[in-house]
Amino acid sequence: MNSYSIDKVNFTCGLLFIAVGALFAYQSMQMELGTAFRMGPGYFPLVLSGVLIVLGLIVLIQSFRTEGESAGLIAWRGILLILPAPIFFGLTVRGLGFLPAIFCTAFIASFASTRMGVVTAVLLAAGVTAFSYAAFVYALGLPFRLVGPWLTF
Amino acid sequence: MDLLQNLLLGFQTASTLWNLLFCFIGVLLGTLIGVLPGIGATATTAMLLPVTFQIGDPVSALIMLAGIYYGAQYGGSTTAILINMPGESSSAVTAIDGYQMARKGRAGPALATAALGSFFAGTVATALIVLFAPPLTAIALKFGAAEYFSLMIVGLVSSIALAHGSIIKAIAMVIIGLLLGLVGTDIYSGLPRFTFGIREYADGLNFVALAVGVFGIAEILRNLETDKTREIVVSKITSLMPTREEIKRMFVPILRGTALGSALGVLPGGGAILASFASYTLEKRMAENPAEFGKGAIEGVAGPESANNAGAQTSFIPMLTLGIPANPVMALMIGAMIIQGIVPGPNVASEQPALFWGVIVSMWIGNLMLVILNLPLIGLWVKLLTIPYYILFPIIMAFCSIGVYSVNSNAYDLFFVAFAGLVGYVFAKLRCEPAPLLLGFVLGPLLEENLRRAMILSRGDPMTFLTRPISATLLAIALAVLVVVFLPGIRKKRDEVFVEEG
Repeated sequence: MNSYSIDKVNFTCGLLFIAVGALFAYQSMQMELGTAFRMGPGYFPLVLSGVLIVLGLIVLIQSFRTEGESAGLIAWRGILLILPAPIFFGLTVRGLGFLPAIFCTAFIASFASTRMGVVTAVLLAAGVTAFSYAAFVYALGLPFRLVGPWLTF
Repeated sequence: MDLLQNLLLGFQTASTLWNLLFCFIGVLLGTLIGVLPGIGATATTAMLLPVTFQIGDPVSALIMLAGIYYGAQYGGSTTAILINMPGESSSAVTAIDGYQMARKGRAGPALATAALGSFFAGTVATALIVLFAPPLTAIALKFGAAEYFSLMIVGLVSSIALAHGSIIKAIAMVIIGLLLGLVGTDIYSGLPRFTFGIREYADGLNFVALAVGVFGIAEILRNLETDKTREIVVSKITSLMPTREEIKRMFVPILRGTALGSALGVLPGGGAILASFASYTLEKRMAENPAEFGKGAIEGVAGPESANNAGAQTSFIPMLTLGIPANPVMALMIGAMIIQGIVPGPNVASEQPALFWGVIVSMWIGNLMLVILNLPLIGLWVKLLTIPYYILFPIIMAFCSIGVYSVNSNAYDLFFVAFAGLVGYVFAKLRCEPAPLLLGFVLGPLLEENLRRAMILSRGDPMTFLTRPISATLLAIALAVLVVVFLPGIRKKRDEVFVEEG
């Protein structure tokens, strides 16, 4: 192994800061910078990105001096099933309509836990759909189309 | 007798049947979500924020939002005491002795202490707001662009000082927040910035979506890491009444906690959290029998809970008078005001007196409702604690999706929720605090606007920030705070204060 140790969390963190800073800096430079007197749209973000890159470098350099705890478990199953749920809702709420979209959203999210069974998930999603209808459409009066054009023939 | 007139106006506004109802719903919903294990006050407020937009009247909406906030805080204390699962770092301290009391069969008195301490602290802190808000507003009205810029720097620097962990990382998080806040159309040139050609982001990224993602969804993901059966042993609650001995012991800690919390809560950057830790340390030091702490000392519940609630109330002072958020929840309030078409800042008090005083008075009413509502309903909350997590989070995800979509009916906001959730989770794994990011996001556009305006007014001379006395003082404060947190001695102390969390 290496003679020095690396704090992997801070190493990644430093790289991430530098990458974000570089992304914003690159985009800022595509815009007019202006002068300190009359700042263009790119001036302030470019300054901020510059500082962010410097901070990223500091975190990166410091990570070589210490050994830190590891990041621990990562909720891969959660990431793969929780995050798509709102995306699915966004893609289908107009097409499928409110009721089917919210049913599927709750159903997809259910499986982020290994402890969820199919039957429980169906029941849960149905309950969520019924409650959402009562709370958001009936009580709060949100103007949702209940069943969308994709399902009406 | 301006003060009395103002208070009267506040009571008139807050005690209409309609507003009382919204205050009640807010407190109830806040406690309901806040009591769910692993969901803190910030996440609760973020998730319920969209619901308040369905109310047409901004006054009622803000009253409800404020109600959600203290409801959620109280719910967090309940979980901390009963199952040792603090939803938020500010109630982490309550869990230390509160849970031990519960294990000794004193769960009822512990909950009553938390409720009474919070109510007392809330009453005192509300009185402080009434006294101090008007003079501060008067000062703030003299502010120009340079002063605003410097003031926001103070706010951002304080949020760095009060964040946990690495200071460098906290600064970086503020900057990322500022940059994300700049996404959208540039006000001076009309050019879209950092939108990656997506027209739906030309108005800026949705604040609600960011808050729900970074706080709510990231928290769900963290809870899913340990997807095991969680043993929940809920203690039986026999009687709520503390004994006479206990009442005697909690009295002074409540007073001290209230004083400490009121003072620290005004600090921009999350003083309430620091207040509860500081109060615990203070009570331990003042106690006749310090060894009892950690084993169920009632002082360890009374002090921090009062400090926490007092701080939560006084953190409204910088928000209401200056438009500067002291913590992420205040950032949410400011976001809500902007969406309701109110420009936060010193003008709110003079232009919208009904809103300003109505919200203040409703805080006190909300605290009263908390006591009345929670003590009898405690049995219901205890039942909620036994619902397994894998049932809860799909429900939360569905409601978050509906909530975020209902703000603008924009599907791109939902894509951004997912992205923000991922970002929040990644940063949590990298041991970066999300609170400074949210503050940066809210302040980003304001900071840039005032910087550019100040520079135009001074014809490009940056000395304007130092030659104007108020601005120079504010910058000096910011610099002092920054120097102090980097001093090795203070740094060690700061680590110590936060160390008891785990």
